[in-house]
Amino acid sequence: MAKSIIVYSTPACPWCIRVKQFLKENNILFLDWDVSVDKVAADEMVKKSGQMGVPVLDIDGEIIVGFDKDKIKQLLNL
Amino acid sequence: MKTREPSPLFKLNMQIYDLIIIGAGPAGITASVYAARKKLNFLVISLDIGGQTAWSGEIENYTGYQFITGPDLTQKFEEHLRKYGIALKENEEVLEIAKSGEIISVNTNKGNYQSRTVIIASGKKSRELGVPGEKEFKNHGLTYCATCDGPLFSGKVVAVIGGGNSALDAALQLTKIAKHIYIINITEQLAGDQIMLEKIKQAENVTILNSHQITAISGDRFVRAIKIKNKDGQKELAVEGVFVEIGLIPNSSFAKNVEKNTKNEINIDLANQTNIPGVFAAGDVSNVLEKQIIIAAGEGSKAALSAFRYLARKNFGK
Repeated sequence: MAKSIIVYSTPACPWCIRVKQFLKENNILFLDWDVSVDKVAADEMVKKSGQMGVPVLDIDGEIIVGFDKDKIKQLLNL
Repeated sequence: MKTREPSPLFKLNMQIYDLIIIGAGPAGITASVYAARKKLNFLVISLDIGGQTAWSGEIENYTGYQFITGPDLTQKFEEHLRKYGIALKENEEVLEIAKSGEIISVNTNKGNYQSRTVIIASGKKSRELGVPGEKEFKNHGLTYCATCDGPLFSGKVVAVIGGGNSALDAALQLTKIAKHIYIINITEQLAGDQIMLEKIKQAENVTILNSHQITAISGDRFVRAIKIKNKDGQKELAVEGVFVEIGLIPNSSFAKNVEKNTKNEINIDLANQTNIPGVFAAGDVSNVLEKQIIIAAGEGSKAALSAFRYLARKNFGK
């Protein structure tokens, strides 16, 4: 079954753009939450990751901070 | 009769590249394109793709594009790089380069590589404050990217450290997001462009503290306060965000025996050659006059052509 993936990001951050690009290139569907406008998502991101830097990925409850390609590949079996 | 010992390199079965390019910003990527077209056997090692270009907002001075954003130009660079099927080690950090005989070894956080030539195109990174609390609170209220992380500080009191254009730019972005912004500037006056200075002075939620220096950052899990001082003494400011905008430094510390200027930029000659034969440098990490995306790209191509000529002169390769 496909994993549930949430990307918390802001529009102008280069790593956010790259992480989403990477998921799209690999045909991975994800929820794209813009924490610059969505306060609830922003609070959720800080609570889940314990920090305030973007991007944050939630892959079936596993939290990844930043564009950690190796970890993403591993969790998604790419 | 004594048999000849195989060389240590042979024993490790390690391949020797013609060229290793360190960095994948405009200089490194352009060098890669040129090296690929010269059919060199080479490797690119980089922490990221695009370098500072990826962090740029709007670009209107890269020939061929009247307007393009930093991330879009980075995407174009990457497509160009991928077209040649170049061996790229991404998310890998070079820790040391050393030359022994004709071979340059490049040690990274993930491995060791050998090459006949190296192009250092590792660019620049944000200068750090060097005060207590900086490392602990990174991403816990302290950030080096206002554009990225600024939106998370809506309604909060924050401090921008610095007094140049990048500090003013960060402060201006934050005027629309944060409750109040302190600009902590070490010099007597802000140094940015007039147009930005006027906007800052008009903003109602900005306090400029000139001749002030940050000395510490404190908090619990997140930033709660900073200590600042001036000639009259020290005081504490309650802030939940710290935006560090005090300029850039070259990523050159791994190149220990390579000659640098007082700004730690790598000294190069007209052919991008450093003081070590076979080691070249290009772009913002070098002492090249003017730091621009298009200059970095041009320097990258020059460095690749110089490396190619060096290899040909030494009769390496094919």
